[in-house]
Amino acid sequence: MTYLNAIRDAQHHLLETDPRVFIYGQDVGEFGGAFKATKHLAEQFPQRVLDAPISEDAMVGTAIGAAIEGMRPIIEMQFADFSTVGFNQIVNHAGAFFWRTDVPIPITIRLPSGGTSGAGPFHSQSLEAIYAHYPGLVVMTPATVEDAYSMLIEAVQINDPVLFCEHKYLYYHLKAERLPEHSLPAGRARVARPGRDLTVVTYSAMLHEVLEAAHELDSEGIQLEVIDLRTVKPIDTDTIIASVARTGRLLCVGESWPWGGVNAEVVSRVAAEGFHLLDAPPKRINAQDTPIPYHPDLWSVHRPTARSILMAARELLRI
Amino acid sequence: MGSREALEETTAAGGKTIDPLLQAYRWMLTARLLDEKLATLYRAGRIHGGVFMGKGQEALSVALGQGLQVTDIYAPLIRDGAGRLAFGETIHDALRNCLGSPQGPMRARDGNVHRGRPRQGYLPMLSHLGAMISVVGGMLMARRIQGKPVGVGATCLGDGGTSTGAFHEAINLAAVERLPLVLVIANNRYAYSTPTEKQFACHSLTDKAIGYGVDSHSVDGTDLMACRNTIFEAIDQARRGHGPQLVVADLLRLCGHGEHDDAPYIKDQLKASPLGRDCLEVAADQLLGERVATKNQIETIRQEIVESIETAVAEVSRESLPCLTHYDWCSLSTRRLADGVS
Repeated sequence: MTYLNAIRDAQHHLLETDPRVFIYGQDVGEFGGAFKATKHLAEQFPQRVLDAPISEDAMVGTAIGAAIEGMRPIIEMQFADFSTVGFNQIVNHAGAFFWRTDVPIPITIRLPSGGTSGAGPFHSQSLEAIYAHYPGLVVMTPATVEDAYSMLIEAVQINDPVLFCEHKYLYYHLKAERLPEHSLPAGRARVARPGRDLTVVTYSAMLHEVLEAAHELDSEGIQLEVIDLRTVKPIDTDTIIASVARTGRLLCVGESWPWGGVNAEVVSRVAAEGFHLLDAPPKRINAQDTPIPYHPDLWSVHRPTARSILMAARELLRI
Repeated sequence: MGSREALEETTAAGGKTIDPLLQAYRWMLTARLLDEKLATLYRAGRIHGGVFMGKGQEALSVALGQGLQVTDIYAPLIRDGAGRLAFGETIHDALRNCLGSPQGPMRARDGNVHRGRPRQGYLPMLSHLGAMISVVGGMLMARRIQGKPVGVGATCLGDGGTSTGAFHEAINLAAVERLPLVLVIANNRYAYSTPTEKQFACHSLTDKAIGYGVDSHSVDGTDLMACRNTIFEAIDQARRGHGPQLVVADLLRLCGHGEHDDAPYIKDQLKASPLGRDCLEVAADQLLGERVATKNQIETIRQEIVESIETAVAEVSRESLPCLTHYDWCSLSTRRLADGVS
């Protein structure tokens, strides 16, 4: 079971069990989606897996209208990058609607996110921070096959707009034996690896770079405690602070750009609420503050890697 | 549920039937007098933010509100006070939104023209022009998917709104899905201060309909009877399955963009042209010409409306202010997922 298949199966489950669910997006119908995340779904649910014109603004507007009428639409953006065309409807309309009217907008917007080799500036972006900035939105960033499945099901069940940031690099690279029967609820972080020396807070594909670095340091007797945020809005501050209380050190790792963002938010919260717990200044590593480069060699050093995470961890631990 | 006109007959005071044309005029005049009252309250410092009036657009606006059924969907825009009343909004609700009453439809969280009751098919507008079109389309699509009676969805835009990407995306999508959508454009010659020649280069905005593959209708927006005929026809076409209908009305905004704007940019030549005639006066002449009402009856109606507005202002003014202690600053309906909210 791949991460991509988990997303496809979650949508199948949702369509099968909830007649309010429908999928709307470019090429999601007979073609099965640009990444095949809706493969064969239109055959089984022809009235509820619908191709959209290349109109991200109108797609999200359509979803908002359908939600007002009691449905639970899933919008597939072909790439997270293109969701900026629908930005107004997402942040100003969907995000503000419940606050303004007391009418909830249960829509799920799937954002195929993050970099893959050769994808370049406009097919690689990670936009969780910019959506998390706005009120009225839940932002999920699943890092495992199990979470891709269970969190997508939960996203559609949540009565509010959810930005579901699924990582394209994980689509094919990540596999699991079986789908989960139980999972943590949205809004709860997971201690992906316990440790005593340094807390590393991360999410999405970066979890796997961090785990690789943690594995390497383990052979030197250094233990990283790795926290997978799972949901970046809301942030599970309690789990982070509890970990920092154990380790006294904090490193944040994210694939998105450095200015503002999830890492900055985590550092800010730990500094404000757990400053006394810190034995060293907190540290964060992000992608470079440039558009995402095309050439695979450039891309490989543009975002954080196990190697750069290792270096940052050593610096924090002064080893 | 019957049409608005049928509703009027059943709800007429004392069992009397109200002529639909007279009822349209009554809503137009109520909207005009309410706007004037709001302007006074704004200048007196009672209304914060802004007041945006519909002067010159009441005939067009009321025709749409009157032509829709209560089960239809209506997303009005900035100058649709008359249409809102015709669709069922109360004077109290309009005032509550402008005066910031927590008892209003938006509970003081949004103001002035940003008001609606979505559960009743009446949507609160976004300031981002064109954004409501696809939302109305989505409601229609949802009804179709669910196998429910679809009805008609209608929304309004100005000439400036037709330049937005949202307009293009949404009307194209509605055409592709052949949705029963009526899109009414009030070509009032100015988007704030920008004249139409800086807004679009096509000869007529109805030309755009050709490109989208939808039907179009033109109407003199200063003429109540013409507006009613044209818009009722467009609604009927949409209801009969002929897909989206684009209605373009020619008129002139007879006020500033808002009460803060004295509109020095509106050319005298336009004001003196047929576009510049006051639709309310035209409508009154039509009532007299059709022998639907006398001058005395019109004056009585005016006095009744003034009284009802003054009463409503007094009542709404007595409503409570937003309570700032323990205010619920939660923007999600799923409280457990609200970041930083306990």
